[in-house]
Order: sequence, then C-alpha cells, then structure tokens
Amino acid sequence: MGYLRKVFAIVWKDIVAELRTKEMFSAMFVFAVLVIVVFVFAFDLRVTGERVQQVAPGALWVAFAFAGVLGLNRAFVMEKDRGCLEGLLLAPVDHTAIYFGKMISTVLFMLVVEAIMVPVFTAFFGVNLFDLRLMLTILLGTVGFAAVGTILSAMTAQTRAREVLLPILLLPVVAPVLIFAVKATAGILDGQSMGEIALWLRLLVAFDVIFVATAFMTFDYVVKE
Amino acid sequence: MTADPAPAIQVQGLIKAFGHQVALRGVDLSVDNGEFLTLFGPNGAGKTTLIRVVASLARPTSGTVQVQGEDLSKVATSVRAHIGLISHNPLLYGDLTPDENLGFFARMYDLPDPGSRIDTVLEQVGLTARRRDPVRTFSRGMVQRLAIARAILHDPVIMLLDEPYTGLDLQAADMLRSVLQELAASNRTVILTTHNLEQGLEMCDRAAILNRGKLAWQGPRAGLDLVAMKEIYRDATRRPPDVKRGT
Amino acid sequence: MKRRKDTWLLILTAFSAVMMMVALYLALAGAPDADLKSETGRYAQRIIYFHIATAWVGFLAFFVTFVGGVGYLRTQERKWDILALSSAEIGTVFMLGVLVSGSIWAKPAWGVWWVWDERLTISLIQFLIYVGYLMLRAAVEDPARRARFAAVYGVVAFISVPINFIAIRLWRTQHPLIFGSEEGGGLGPNMMFAFLFTLLTFTVWYITLMGYRIRLERLRDGVEQLKQTIMG
Repeated sequence: MGYLRKVFAIVWKDIVAELRTKEMFSAMFVFAVLVIVVFVFAFDLRVTGERVQQVAPGALWVAFAFAGVLGLNRAFVMEKDRGCLEGLLLAPVDHTAIYFGKMISTVLFMLVVEAIMVPVFTAFFGVNLFDLRLMLTILLGTVGFAAVGTILSAMTAQTRAREVLLPILLLPVVAPVLIFAVKATAGILDGQSMGEIALWLRLLVAFDVIFVATAFMTFDYVVKE
Repeated sequence: MTADPAPAIQVQGLIKAFGHQVALRGVDLSVDNGEFLTLFGPNGAGKTTLIRVVASLARPTSGTVQVQGEDLSKVATSVRAHIGLISHNPLLYGDLTPDENLGFFARMYDLPDPGSRIDTVLEQVGLTARRRDPVRTFSRGMVQRLAIARAILHDPVIMLLDEPYTGLDLQAADMLRSVLQELAASNRTVILTTHNLEQGLEMCDRAAILNRGKLAWQGPRAGLDLVAMKEIYRDATRRPPDVKRGT
Repeated sequence: MKRRKDTWLLILTAFSAVMMMVALYLALAGAPDADLKSETGRYAQRIIYFHIATAWVGFLAFFVTFVGGVGYLRTQERKWDILALSSAEIGTVFMLGVLVSGSIWAKPAWGVWWVWDERLTISLIQFLIYVGYLMLRAAVEDPARRARFAAVYGVVAFISVPINFIAIRLWRTQHPLIFGSEEGGGLGPNMMFAFLFTLLTFTVWYITLMGYRIRLERLRDGVEQLKQTIMG
C-alpha cells in the first residue's frame, strides 16, 4: 500500500532527523528528570506514605502532558520554519498521510520521554509503576494526546504565539484523556480488578478513535491554502 | 489541425483572494504539452500565487485549473506525481544528507529504482562527492543545486519554476541553465517565472506578462528580441493613469 | 434592504427588553420559593433561572459556531465565518456569566465560591474553549487562513464537548458529594413556567445580540473593501 509506505517514510524521516540533532537524547533525559524533580519540590516532602499513592496518578499524567506539549512543539515547527511542509504537500499522496506520519512520530517521541519518566518517578516516589496495564494506559493516553495535538500544532505552528497557543487550545479538548488516564492509573495502583479499569481503557480507545477520525476529516483544510 | 490533445495546463477565470486582497483577478492561460512558457511580471503581480495554484498548493477562490484536461481539484493527488516545483524554498531537510533527503522523496514519489535515479541526479548537479554530508553543512549554492536535484528526481512531465535564479551563485546558475535546456529539449512542459527579461527569454517558446493579478500580454517567442521585449514589458506594466495612489 | 433589516433588529431589541423585564419579575418575585432551609439559600436559588438559561445559550452559541465553521469549510464564504465569530464572542460572555452566576449562587448556598459539580465544570471547560477560539483567531493575520483554522478548531472543540461532559460526569460520580443534597433541588411545576420563559427570553436576547454583532462585522468588511479599492 503506497499510502502506508509513505506514512512510514515520514515517520522514519522524522526519527532520523531527531537522532541527528545531537543534543536530543540528553535534552529529553534531563527534561524528564527535571519535571519529576519539580514535583518533588512542589510536594515539599509532605506527601508521604499513603498520600503518595493518592497524588501519584495525577502527578504522573501532568508530567506526561508536559512531555506531550514538548513533543508537539517540535513536530510541525520543524517543517514550517524551514518551509519544508510544502515539500510534503507536493507529494502525490493524500495529505492525511502527513497527519498520520506526524502523529506517529509524536507518539514515539512522547513514549521515549515517558519511558524515562516512569523509572525516575518510581525511584523518587517509591510507587511501583511497572505494570503491563499501566503501559497500555500510557499508550492509549499518549495516542489521544497526539491525535488532537498533531492537528492543533499544525495550525499553531503557523501563528505568532505558537508555543503559548498550543497548550491553550489543546488542554480543554484533551481533558477527557487526562480524566480517563488518571482514573485508570489510580485504579491500577489501588489494585482494582481489570473489570473496573477496563471501563476507562475503553473510554480512552473511544476518544482516540473519535479524534483520529475527526482530525482525518479536517486536516486537509489546515494545510491547503 | 483536428482535435488537439488537451493542453498540459489550462487556467480559466482564475481568481485567488486572500481575505480582501485579491492576488489573481481572473487569469486565462493555457500551456500546451512540451511548451516552455516564461511568465514575466513585477513583484506582487501574482506570479508566485499562480504557480502555487497550478502546483495544487493553493485552492482557487473561483475559476478552474485543468491539467491534461482534468480538473486539478479532482485529480490533485495523482497529478502531483508529474509536477516538479523549484521555488524560493529549497524544501530540504538540513539535518539529513542528500542521500537521505532524496531517498525520502524517492519514497514519497514511488520511484521504481531510487538508488540509480539518485545517483544520476546527484551526478547531474555535481554533488556526488558530498552525498553523505548533512545539508546544513552546505553552502547556499550547493543547497540550491540539491534543490534542483530534488525537483527533477521524479522526472516530472510538468516543471514549475518560481524565480529560480534568485540568489544562485554562478555554478548553481549554470547548473540550472543546463537543466532548463534539457527540459526544453526533452519536450517537458515548463512554466518559468522571473523578472529578469534576458534569462527568461532565453529558452522559452512563448512569453506572457502578469501585472497586478491579470495577464497583460502574451505572445510567441519567435521574432522577439530583448529590446522589443523590454518595450512590451514597459507598456504592459505601466500603471493606468486614472487610478489614484493611496498613501 | 438595509433599512428593513435595521427595523427588524430594533423590533427584536424592544421585544427582548420586554421579555427580560418579565423574566426578571418571574424569577425574583413571581416564582414560588424553593424548598430550602436557609432564607439566603432560598433567595440565592432564584438565580437558577438565569444560571441555566445562560448556560443554555452558552452551549447553543457554540453549536452555532460549529455550524458556521462547517459552512465555511464547505463554501469558503465569509458569511459563515461571520456567523461563527459572532456566536463565539457572544457565547464567551454568556459562559462567563454562567461561571459568575454559579459563584453567586454557591457562596450563600454552600459557603464556598466554587463547586466542582458536573455542570459548572463543563461550563468552565467550555469557557476555556471559547477563549482558545478567540485567541486562535487573534493569532492568525491572513483572514482566509484565520477563518479556516477557527473553523477546524470549532469542529474539533465541538466534538470534544459531549465527550468532556461524559468524562466529567463519570469523574464526578467517583467523588463524594461534598455539599449535601443536590443543588437547588428539583423544580416544582410552578417554577417550570418561570424557568422555560427565562430560557426563551435568553434565546431571544442571544438572537438580538447576534443581529448587532453580525451587522458590525459586515460594516467592518465594507470598510476594508473600501480601503482596498482606494489604495488599489
């Protein structure tokens, strides 16, 4: 399928370009650690014992949201600044391929940062986050975030106040992802049964599907002058 | 002459407005297969806008654009495989090497034998030696040569060039000229925009002048020399006397 | 043509004003007292008529913005964009009204300035979406692109509203109700008339405001066009 091959070509190109930015990995690592450290200071060592368990889900997802906004800012700003977006628009493929390519590379970027944050979080807060169901939650939440974020960043990358505008547009729309993901995470940490957690996971899947579909239908209007 | 095949590009009544600013005010233009058209015009005439609409990067506000007889808005995705564009932007990724850049575009254009095609094209623009260096280490002239390589990579039947000589160093300009000669010789359809009368007149079959969103003049190259062209250009771009200049 | 439209607008304004006065009377005096213990609570409860009517308009306005956005994407005609923009501006103000009236109610009724009940929370989210919409418009200079982007955001955000509502409702049921019984209690039949009348009044008021805002925007467009013609 030519379409899929081109989507992956875009993803691969993004990965190679990211790896070439020499400081990328160290920057991501330091960023991930710093965000968690900010929470340590914010909680002022007053959050201990059982209370850690209560705030951990929320804190974790706020940290992931930071990672998300960081990841989204680079995806399109890169193309717009050097005017490369037109190169993609000239290619004989439906413009939605650009959306999917960018979305997937954003998800991959976010997953790497999140993969760094999870062990750091576990270490600093003593909450065991190594759970398969949690990994699934993180994946679904990240996809939802990226699905909406990609199309919004495609717009904001072309505006003046781009870094500020993206979170303002994104967060109210993506609030359900945070709600569902925090619920699922809390459920997992509290040791709830799979049946109870499954509700939140299913809602996350629904969110992802609905917004990928919406973005699919409207993306062309964003990039075509 | 009976039943001519559809022209390569046919623009009818093209209007393109950006909010209240109207860049193209109803352009009728037709370019036959294998024809080399040079479009002249002062800055702000709408040349870039026209090129972008034909390249399917911008939608007409009204009017139609047809490529090989088919409405561009309906067949844009497939037609783009046959269109090449050289504009102000090199459309290259600075962090990637020429090999990676061209490899990426080769995949985006479904090229059957990317390896050898990339070799050929790099040879043509004289960048084979630097093919594994990131583009951000290139000089401006080298970037533009690679941009030419990118544009001809998929061997497009229709070539659009928007003021391609701008800022080219001598080597790159020579490269471009030889590429254009090849395009002209191999019967490709070419639209070139420029405000350099001499360069534009060199290889074209037909010339046209765009001024303030409208086609002010068009005619065959035959019998036109530089002096005559200058005269025509001056006439066509003179501002009509009755329009007041606002401040 | 313009003359006739202006007359229509004046009539609507007058009608709006009359309805509003009737609604005020009904809400503040006409409707029976709520079945609540405290006297301040009973007075404060009367704000529910305006509170819910304002919320209704706030969400209706967003639907209109959505419709305007879709209309623009399909036709690229400025009139749809004007519809979307006007409705968004008016909706923002109404949504702010919901938040403020919610606060005014909460303080005497429960002693706090804000409650995280589902309806107030969704109104807060909606307000933030409105603000985002207006900020996006402000950040794009090219009018055609501004209209397109705003339309796309209008569509995406509109779809998020019901999802947000479901999410908040589910989120809310997990938390113990901090403030005792359900806010305001049910509406008795005599209250229903005041309630529906206020709803209608606010809808008429919204339409009136839309009339003025759309007219303003059209005039602005006219001025822009004149400028373009003169400066050629």
